[in-house]
Amino acid sequence: MTGTVPGIRPDRRARIRRRRILIEAASLALGAILLIWSLIPVYNMFLVALDPTGHNEFTYDIWPSHPTLGVFADLWNADEEDVRDIWPAFGNSIFIGVMVTAFTVLISSLASFAVGRMRLARDRTLSGVALLSYAIPASTLIIPFLRIMHIYGLTDNLWAVIAAEVTFATPYAILILQYYGRLIPSEFDDAARIDGASALQVYRHIYVPLMAPALAAVGTYALLFAWNDYFYQYMLLFSERHTTVAMALEQFFDDDDAPWNYMMAIAILYSLPPIAIFYGLRRFMASGLTAGGLKG
Amino acid sequence: MSVSSKALVARAFGWPRLPRHRRSRLHGSDLAWSVAFLVPYAILFAAFVIYPMAYGLWMGSDPALYATLAGDPRYLRAAINTVLFVGVAVNVQMVLALLLSGFFARRRWWIKALLAVYILPWTLPAVPAYLSFHWMLVAYPRGLIDNLITALFGIEGPFWFNHGWLALLCDIVANIWKWMPLWTLIFLGGRMAIPPDIYDAADVDGASPYQRFVYVTAPLLGTLYVVSTLIAAIWAFGDYSPVLFVSAGTPSFESEVISTLGFHYALDFANPPLGVAAGLSVLPLLIPVVILLIQRLKAMEVQL
Repeated sequence: MTGTVPGIRPDRRARIRRRRILIEAASLALGAILLIWSLIPVYNMFLVALDPTGHNEFTYDIWPSHPTLGVFADLWNADEEDVRDIWPAFGNSIFIGVMVTAFTVLISSLASFAVGRMRLARDRTLSGVALLSYAIPASTLIIPFLRIMHIYGLTDNLWAVIAAEVTFATPYAILILQYYGRLIPSEFDDAARIDGASALQVYRHIYVPLMAPALAAVGTYALLFAWNDYFYQYMLLFSERHTTVAMALEQFFDDDDAPWNYMMAIAILYSLPPIAIFYGLRRFMASGLTAGGLKG
Repeated sequence: MSVSSKALVARAFGWPRLPRHRRSRLHGSDLAWSVAFLVPYAILFAAFVIYPMAYGLWMGSDPALYATLAGDPRYLRAAINTVLFVGVAVNVQMVLALLLSGFFARRRWWIKALLAVYILPWTLPAVPAYLSFHWMLVAYPRGLIDNLITALFGIEGPFWFNHGWLALLCDIVANIWKWMPLWTLIFLGGRMAIPPDIYDAADVDGASPYQRFVYVTAPLLGTLYVVSTLIAAIWAFGDYSPVLFVSAGTPSFESEVISTLGFHYALDFANPPLGVAAGLSVLPLLIPVVILLIQRLKAMEVQL
């Protein structure tokens, strides 16, 4: 390979400039492809949701022919029979999401603090044990879960779903927190301990503020995990008042006559909270997490 | 080398190698506090990991179940599909994510803006995203993708879910679409942690872009790449949602994976132990991945 030290002879300089233009054109082309790749399914959601009948698949349209926000208005007024129960479902999904986020952050940060900062055990002991949670796929464990929740008296209870989702979100959260915990020198803790701070005070006043970006990343990850889940909600909840949005969407999917525009409108609304939270916190998370991997 | 750039190099190599104090035994209130901090996770782990796992192993302990599985062509197809799904989806998205992280590391305003859009699939919840995939592919009779194919090339698109392999391919593409942004972000973070002076030194030595990648980027990101691949594989083994919502296993169970077939065994065929047994049958593939991951993490710590 020849070196690329700039310009000794004019013809070579021209060659380098030509190559630079070529690279620029190639990146623009790649950018265009990535834009289409990322947005097509999102565009399709709007295409279906904005259609007044929800049946534009029958036509050859690639643009919404008669776009209308009517479905969103119907959802808001909840006056279409198919969507009457959707707001309680949103309530359930939000309750589950908030609780999963809170408990994942709390449990994983306490455990990481005890092991990583107070050195109750070796880091690898905790992460190794936590990763054993993945030794049987969560989609298989759901079947014993169903019976165990019955033993625990959590049949058809939102807390059963919360417990299950926290269980499977926590190992990855511990991994991230241990990773970033090592970026904070232990001198901070030691200084506070010499001043007579208790372990709880060190956790609250040193660990949590310094780890805030990592905790935000873990919380966002836990929220996305709860929002991605469908199986545990479907299996562990069955009464109508405990229906979540993911379950409601699946009911639309199962029903051949269901209005697809309503389904897609609900799907769009359901997508908004995690997107808003992720993009809202992105800069804050990046402030502490630009370096290193395993971002949540 | 200053402390901060040392830390940067350490981060680029995997676990940060910051100086640590020797572990001293905990006493009195410290011991009590740290044990108390660990109690919530210990309870969670015992109640929702150990107990269900033991229960599951007990449910799937009858050898007759595995004989039933081995005699079921649906199971054999699902096993092949699972290996293909995990192997293809994970490797393709990791390699592409590694390459794309180089693209997104370029300092252009429009590339930064594009990154924000590119992350969107990862933040989109699985059920809505995969339902949208289903609806743009499904031929009832025509979805957006078919319409685009007709508009661009003037031909009819295929029936995506009439053929098992094609349906599985759609599921794989959907999985790649959703998860590739996460790994791209992670590799981008890893690249950012590589000190620029290493690249400057490579430039002074006249390294080509290819050489920069092979001799600088690849070795420094190697550990991160392996760990990420193992985690992605573990997740992919349990990932039911693309199959459940994109192809829905059509045609006639030909695009099922084991996690969704186990679900059908347990619910539709009312045979929960068979569903558990199907899930447990991936353990010979999954357990080595988990052990490898734990070992990689351990190896990184030993370097401290």
